[in-house]
Amino acid sequence: MYLNLYKMIEKDLEQNKPKETPSKSRREALKTMLTLPVVGALGVGVLKKVLKEHDLRKKRNLFAFENKPKLPQDVVGKEIRLGIIGFGIRGKQLLQGLGFVEPKVIDEMALKSKMDSKDTRLQLFREQDDLNVIINGVCDIFDPYGEAAVEAGANIHRQGTDGKMGKEPVRYRTYQELIAADDIDAVIIASPDHWHGQMTIDAALAGKHVYLEKPFTWTVPETYRVRDVVKKTGIVFQLGHQGRQTDSYIRAREIIDLGLLGKVSLIEVCTNRNTPNGAWVYPIIEGSSPDTIDWKQFEGPIEQIKEYEAYMKANKLDHFMGPDARNHFSLERFFRWRCWWDYSTGLSGDLLTHEYDAINQMLEVGIPSSVVSSGGIYVFPDGRTVPDVVQTVMEFRDKEITMLYSATQGNSRRRGKVIMGRDASLEVSSTLLMTADPASVRYEQQINEGVIKTDEPFYSYIPGSNKVDAVTSATELYFAQRGLLYTYVGGKRYDTTHLHLREWLYCIRNNQTPSCHIDASFEEAMTAHMGTRAYLEGRTMYWDKEREEITRG
Amino acid sequence: MNYSTKQLSALVIIRVLVGWHFAYEGLAKIFNPNWSAAMYLRDSQGFFSRFFINLADSSAMPVVDLINEWGLLLIGLGLMCGAFSRIASVCGILILALYSLSHPFFIGVQYVMPVDGNYLWIDRNIIEMATLLVIFIFPTSQIIGLDRFIIKYVPKLV
Repeated sequence: MYLNLYKMIEKDLEQNKPKETPSKSRREALKTMLTLPVVGALGVGVLKKVLKEHDLRKKRNLFAFENKPKLPQDVVGKEIRLGIIGFGIRGKQLLQGLGFVEPKVIDEMALKSKMDSKDTRLQLFREQDDLNVIINGVCDIFDPYGEAAVEAGANIHRQGTDGKMGKEPVRYRTYQELIAADDIDAVIIASPDHWHGQMTIDAALAGKHVYLEKPFTWTVPETYRVRDVVKKTGIVFQLGHQGRQTDSYIRAREIIDLGLLGKVSLIEVCTNRNTPNGAWVYPIIEGSSPDTIDWKQFEGPIEQIKEYEAYMKANKLDHFMGPDARNHFSLERFFRWRCWWDYSTGLSGDLLTHEYDAINQMLEVGIPSSVVSSGGIYVFPDGRTVPDVVQTVMEFRDKEITMLYSATQGNSRRRGKVIMGRDASLEVSSTLLMTADPASVRYEQQINEGVIKTDEPFYSYIPGSNKVDAVTSATELYFAQRGLLYTYVGGKRYDTTHLHLREWLYCIRNNQTPSCHIDASFEEAMTAHMGTRAYLEGRTMYWDKEREEITRG
Repeated sequence: MNYSTKQLSALVIIRVLVGWHFAYEGLAKIFNPNWSAAMYLRDSQGFFSRFFINLADSSAMPVVDLINEWGLLLIGLGLMCGAFSRIASVCGILILALYSLSHPFFIGVQYVMPVDGNYLWIDRNIIEMATLLVIFIFPTSQIIGLDRFIIKYVPKLV
């Protein structure tokens, strides 16, 4: 057909002179519309493709969710007057989540964003919602940190060094003075692990609400006491597992509750880090000395130290203590305290807890019925007493689930949390990937029809995407997994630490219970302690549910 | 312009094929309700990356998306049908130039977005730009195309 048409065009071109013949208008029309059939072909092709995809979508869309992101709570109500104890690495992040940063840090952020257009931290920080709080008191036993906290607390307009500052918070030398202050309603505790329990007890007894960084406690005996005091005083308590605010975890729970994975029997969670910083070898600040560090306070709470030493000695674990005497001033121990059991809870308390709490949020596994651990100091033999490689196996007999925690500080391979069921596996990170099991009964028909392939995820979830069904484009997923697709809640980007603090403040104003409440904290602490004890003692730890006690079987 | 039949056929074929590509790129975006240029823009590299990355987070994004969806479709239809074909070629060149500026294939540049092929400085966008330049300089739409008809009414636009 096209050959004939071209012949006609050729003829027409040869006859350059216009002639008024009847066929002229026909030829004219033909030349004008010659390429239109191609447009038609494209139309038909597109229609066929769209219909086919629609059909596939319908078959694959085995379940539907209401895709409403959990919106952050409104900031309504009176101003909350805060105090912060500890302004180290995490303390700084927490104040930032509340909207307070040192002016010089703002300058640095501005410079960085000027140098690298992809560095949007300053913009994000400035856009972060105002939580209607004021920092009235700060406390840090290291002078530069204490002074920095004062500067951050005064920076109410989020300005650089040339900006206008607000009233400076009071710097207290001891946390006891801070919690005794009348102009403080609630405290944020971001001290080293060995102080967590006692500070929480004292703050609660003083009637202050508490946001406590994880882990919940350092010793087993204090765990009961902290729980009792928090419950008795009725303060609003939140433990700092900000993963509770992660959109994909909330959606993962829905998937599990709907039974889409089938019976879950095994869960694998991991920590992989491969830098000195990731292994807690933090920089030592030059010029620090007993003049700028209050070592006496750093040593720790008397009662807990007694409990720690009694446990270690009773189980012949003296070699895990020290090696320095507690009253011996050491910059290494001060800045890198996570490396010694004398102050730390090791991988179990610092990082297993994040993974455990995420799974506890999704499956409500509770305290494991038994725990075994092994590991060693294989990567950083720098005098530390805590291991840098740890494998912990937790059994949840009631739930008929095993959870494996696998950690190394000597390799940064990305391994997600994987929840394995008879019908599907769910890989949880900031996104969700669900892959059907080849032997699944639930998805058998779809697998046989080829609608579900078992070698690739058949459901993926990207928080913030407007999707109503389960099909995500490969490109979108690719971007999301590499962090280029930001998580939006109601059109805004949020940091989970900000959301977690925000939930706590909302609960204070409305007398409600936060998501990482005291019972979840007790479960987190006992699980971590069982992991630690199993490692130290080299034997299985059991949980006596009736008596709420760790036993050795 | 006086073309031989072979020349005319070749030029029309190029025009229709490039038009097809543009039109389908537009349609594919229109039919994907979740499509947005934002992720692509955030992956920008090179001298102008700051502009493109800022654009991704700006309030202009709905317009950017609209241009990429309907703009591409209209350019494609224009080229295929031979309607306002010169305007379509110029718009096509402009939009491709923006893609090239946001994702230049300089030595050492790496993109998050997987690239299907191997490029050094010259990629498919630049080749398609050059093709559109040929289409612009050797117009055929007034011989084979709706412009034959349109010229009678709006000669300036054709």
